[in-house]
Amino acid sequence: MKLRPFALAMALATVGAATLSMPAAAQQANEQFFPLLVYRTGAYAPNGTPWANGKQDYVKYINATGGINGVKIAYEECETGYATDKGVECYERLKGKKATLIDPQATGITFALTDKAPVDKIPLITLGYGLAASQDGGVFKWNFPLMGSYWTAADALIQHLGKKEGGLDKLKGKKIALVYHDSPFGKEPIPLLQKRAQMHGFELVLLPVTAPGVEQKATWLQVRQQRPDYTLLWGWGVMNSTALKEAVATGYPREKLFGVWWSGAEPDVKDVGANAKGYSALALNPHGTESPLVKDILKKVHDAGQGSGPRDEVGSVLYMRGLLIQMFAVEAVRTAQAKFGQGKVMTGEQVRWGLENLNIDDKRIGELGLAGLIRPLKTSCTDHMGSTSVRVHSWDGSQWKMQPDWYEADKSVIDPMVREAADRYAAEKQIKRRDASDCNA
Amino acid sequence: MLYRENGQFKASYAADQQIFPILQDRVAIGALLAIAFIVLPLFGSEYLFRAILIPFLILALAALGLNILVGYCGQISLGTGAFMAVGAYGAYNFLVRIDGMPLIGAMLLGGLSATVIGVLFGIPSLRIKGLYLAMATLAAQFFTDWAFLRISWFTNNSSSGSVSVAGLNVFGLPIESPVAKYLFCLVVVCVFALMAKNLTRSAIGRQWMAIRDMDVAAAVIGIRPMYAKLSAFAVSSFIVGVAGALWAFIHLGAWEPAAFSIDRSFQLLFMVIIGGLGSIMGAFFGAAFIIVLPILLDQIPQWFGIPLSTATTSHLVHMIFGALIVFFLIVEPHGLAKLWSIGKQKLRLWPFPH
Repeated sequence: MKLRPFALAMALATVGAATLSMPAAAQQANEQFFPLLVYRTGAYAPNGTPWANGKQDYVKYINATGGINGVKIAYEECETGYATDKGVECYERLKGKKATLIDPQATGITFALTDKAPVDKIPLITLGYGLAASQDGGVFKWNFPLMGSYWTAADALIQHLGKKEGGLDKLKGKKIALVYHDSPFGKEPIPLLQKRAQMHGFELVLLPVTAPGVEQKATWLQVRQQRPDYTLLWGWGVMNSTALKEAVATGYPREKLFGVWWSGAEPDVKDVGANAKGYSALALNPHGTESPLVKDILKKVHDAGQGSGPRDEVGSVLYMRGLLIQMFAVEAVRTAQAKFGQGKVMTGEQVRWGLENLNIDDKRIGELGLAGLIRPLKTSCTDHMGSTSVRVHSWDGSQWKMQPDWYEADKSVIDPMVREAADRYAAEKQIKRRDASDCNA
Repeated sequence: MLYRENGQFKASYAADQQIFPILQDRVAIGALLAIAFIVLPLFGSEYLFRAILIPFLILALAALGLNILVGYCGQISLGTGAFMAVGAYGAYNFLVRIDGMPLIGAMLLGGLSATVIGVLFGIPSLRIKGLYLAMATLAAQFFTDWAFLRISWFTNNSSSGSVSVAGLNVFGLPIESPVAKYLFCLVVVCVFALMAKNLTRSAIGRQWMAIRDMDVAAAVIGIRPMYAKLSAFAVSSFIVGVAGALWAFIHLGAWEPAAFSIDRSFQLLFMVIIGGLGSIMGAFFGAAFIIVLPILLDQIPQWFGIPLSTATTSHLVHMIFGALIVFFLIVEPHGLAKLWSIGKQKLRLWPFPH
């Protein structure tokens, strides 16, 4: 067999290449390095791709407009495929290049990195996902679930349902189903919903969907049997469009179906189109191309031929979310620079300080080109979330229509739960709550 | 030339029966161990440990366990991920529910839990063979996926279903730094590899191989199929269970059932097939091929500064990796371990072949 020596040689060459040490990053000393963990392949790619493009476009935009007080941003993408072990590999790979902030882009990866981040001194920004308890900065020093967690999302959804019924007390005796992705992502909201069910006397029906969620016939059969008054959809990726198709097939009214903010983007409803009309979902961020920021990005990034993705994707819901995440990252570096030195590259610890002292007020929102689209956000040592404001948007058959009401998570419900969960986590990990003196450090 | 055993006489049974009868092999393996235990901890980077060596060692251990079942005893199993999960969650429960449970104790008990489940799901092997058995072990996979997702007792009532461990230590030594984790895995793998090698050379190993080659003939010469098959399931799932506990505790730290999904079972089966069925060495080759190669391929465009988009790179990795699997299987169906032994044969004559 002639090929054998060749195969041998190839095997040897591979071993040779493997033993070579990994070359160092070709990054300049005065650049702020942001690793971008993304997934552009696999079952979650339709949702992961616009998110990733939004993140990258904002970095390019900041670089095109002179950097963060002159500090340019270096970045490198790493494909995780939404898999935890691949995500950990990416984290380890990019960490070595002086990563100063990571958006893991997946709840499972966030869980795995939460233990590693304090050791490596790299803050995690998990906008609208991750661990609900990590809102408590006293225990989760390095986690920043800005703008919301699954608990605040569930809380806002229940408030919205209460409003539709004309008061939260009217939910008594109602049946609310939760169709969820059977993973930490989908299970996180359950404790909050159970608490709310207890408070208002509605019945909660839990209907898990096995990941990735392409097979949901059995679940929707149960929906049909149980006839819940409302159904909450807690899906991601291909699970969302499948759920909507099943809802159509079983004849469940879309007006009674409410999604979390990860189930309310264009890829989720596109395939279902007009049939999904009436479906609503939380809107963590606005979408559209009218804001000055998006116009500027179109001009300075896309018109310059630098766009990370197709032009017509700009302004879509998940693209905007990626943009916002990166915006907060940049603002954190800016905040840190104001304290530790303008025009300098910030370390992971300094960026963490910046994230903890973010103060995006209305004036700053205006300067950022997002006036009226997001609400002010202010983080602190104890509150790593900053804001829980969220709206609801509905699919009218061709586009998402924003509804005017803002919801805030009810602090009297959330705070004790966060406190308890954080204390439990601290006890498990044998870590102490931070002292007040640590807050100003 | 270099690899000739001429002049090495064996004067005792012990000398004839040692694992590496040829001096050169002993030197090579000694050097390899010296590199693994001394040189790498001194010079290896954190990335090398955390992203490459630790996953490689742990999955090599799991592949080793699977190889005993598939390679030595001929029982195809698609439930490896399940047995890893049982090991991981078993060890987790022993660790958090019993105060003062040492890490090694928890891991071994996790391995024993996997043994129990493995034997249970191995019982059908007494009546069904080949692909049908693969289907039966697939049931183990789906059952454990379901159990660890839905029965909250196993996850200590964690609200999200994700569990984590922290503050691991062995005999008072913390297993926190990458080097400590690496050395811990290395010791476990070495101990288990030695045990597995000796098992396969012993009476029980020969029984497994007899069953693999022809179970009717084996039964005729007095081998009890039930004992042989179930012992293979027991040993295999014990090793796989310990590997699962290592994967969860040492590599991931926080995990959910998805870490041990059906994909993991397939990945391990591929490792065993590509590495070489019925070879301890093959498990390591297979693990290196499946773990390290995609990571390497993923980074090659960057080394050369080729601007490829992340998605393209990712697709290319899958394509090249798949092509390589096909290529190696065509060239050498008996796996990389066979290639290795061919290489050794050639080296005996090199550089003056006939």
